[in-house]
Amino acid sequence: MTMGKMVHVEGLCAGYDGQQVLHDLTLNVSRGEFMAILGPNGSGKTTLLRALSGVLSSVKGSIHIADQDTCRLSARGRARLCATVAQKNPDLSALQVLSLVLMGRYPHIAFLGGYSDADHDCARRAMQETSSLHLRSRHAGTLSGGELQRVIMAKALAQDTELLLLDEAASNLDVARTVDLYELLRARNLNGLTILTVAHDLNLAALYCRRLVFLKGGRIVADGPTQEIFTSHLLSDIYETPIAVVPHPITGAPQAHLLPRA
Amino acid sequence: MAAAALLSIYVALFFGSYPLTAGAIHEALASWFHGGADTQAMVIVRDIRLGRVLLSFLTGSALAVSGAVFQGLLRNPLADPFTLGISSGAACAAALALALGWTLPGLSTLPLVALTGAFAAMFMVLALSRLAGGFSRENLVLAGIVVSTFLGAIIALIKSLNEESVSAIVFWILGSFQGRGFEHVQLMLPYLVPGMALVLGFARELDILALGAEQAVQVGVAVARVRIALLIGAGMLTAAAVCVSGIIGFVGLVVPHLVRMLMGPESRPMLLFSALGGGVLLLWSDVMARTILHHGAELPVGVVTALFGAPFFCLIMARGRRT
Repeated sequence: MTMGKMVHVEGLCAGYDGQQVLHDLTLNVSRGEFMAILGPNGSGKTTLLRALSGVLSSVKGSIHIADQDTCRLSARGRARLCATVAQKNPDLSALQVLSLVLMGRYPHIAFLGGYSDADHDCARRAMQETSSLHLRSRHAGTLSGGELQRVIMAKALAQDTELLLLDEAASNLDVARTVDLYELLRARNLNGLTILTVAHDLNLAALYCRRLVFLKGGRIVADGPTQEIFTSHLLSDIYETPIAVVPHPITGAPQAHLLPRA
Repeated sequence: MAAAALLSIYVALFFGSYPLTAGAIHEALASWFHGGADTQAMVIVRDIRLGRVLLSFLTGSALAVSGAVFQGLLRNPLADPFTLGISSGAACAAALALALGWTLPGLSTLPLVALTGAFAAMFMVLALSRLAGGFSRENLVLAGIVVSTFLGAIIALIKSLNEESVSAIVFWILGSFQGRGFEHVQLMLPYLVPGMALVLGFARELDILALGAEQAVQVGVAVARVRIALLIGAGMLTAAAVCVSGIIGFVGLVVPHLVRMLMGPESRPMLLFSALGGGVLLLWSDVMARTILHHGAELPVGVVTALFGAPFFCLIMARGRRT
């Protein structure tokens, strides 16, 4: 694993139609990190992820991924560096699962070129990892929410990038599938994949991620190793509701518990 | 399918107001290849029927492929050059050029003008639809109706001011291949070929756009550029069709739907088979249009396509509402 910065964001201001969401945000992510972005609703988590993946056009400041200025890269160039799993999936009704996963190989094929055997192998491996290989001949429209989410995950893995961005990737999954997903992320992370995930579930993030970044009002209000910053005081402050933190009975990871307001 | 297309082209040569035997037709085709004296049969087959059959086939291909592209690009099952008013734009501009006698030195004026009209109408419809809040199927089709009705009225106005015959107006509004042949094939090819190439070249990107613009960007598609290329390609195909045949509806709507039902949604085979299917469909529609009436009278081919196309349109509309 080479050392160095995977993501370098400096002075980032971004938003939509005159409404600024992110204010002068600076963030560094080293290679090999597994990091969660947390924060209350409307704090700018998804906007940050969209800015990183290059779909927001009006951004000020600079975003570098793997030492390359993403504004100067083509969509294809960006897609070779970074894959994204979005929060919402489009209506894909008649599209075949295999074709969908192969789309992850698009940044690697030549203009007018087709998907090679190597691309098919890559797609097959990604589907195996997400336990979705048996779905390959199905139409996307016939899948359950959880199945579709795994297929979308396979598409992102097939993209074979060094950086993976996820936005609430576990939102459609049941408990076991959620753990499956995070275990898969952990395994990929140990193999060198840098992962940034937006998460709502504080405890899951604390269980798997070594570093947490809290956003509020479009600014980073806390950033550090999970063990150090996942405290009752900080969480209560950020979410504006009493939260108790106790160690996980088995792993010892800090876990949050809501308290009724007195 | 390709064999069916060739067979259709061949069989269609047998239909026409002047009765010819199979032997006479074969003889005419053979003497065309080997070179020989012009017989009456040969002139009819070569200069009249073959040209028209090829023209109707290519026009059908162009319409079906552009319809398939518009449906995929706008993610709207009711989109096609006719319902979007793009055919009307091309026809209106062409009618204007004819009425005012515009000619560009050294160029075929009509297709170029038709192309300009197609793009202008496309822009109007997209702008109108966006103004109404987005590219939903209702918005797009409503915008298409508004634009095509308006442009249709302008066509009628141009023609009546120009004191030309009513049949000329009917030609543009209902579409017809009457009296058309090889020189019109030559007229449309410079737009048909690059249009097809552009659209087929971006077929994979068209597939990925089904993910939505944002996710398409995230897998590396230069969405803005691809959209423009596909719109230009589909616009060229529409203009190519309209400048030789007027406004023929529903081919671009019906064919891609049928092909998608048979072959699935993957763009490259879907576009290729739409080209073949659209060609065959319009070719036979034209055969019907020129043989169904007695005494050598002709129906505009657009009447034939509308007769079976409009009910199909309703079917898609009803199906879309259920899902």
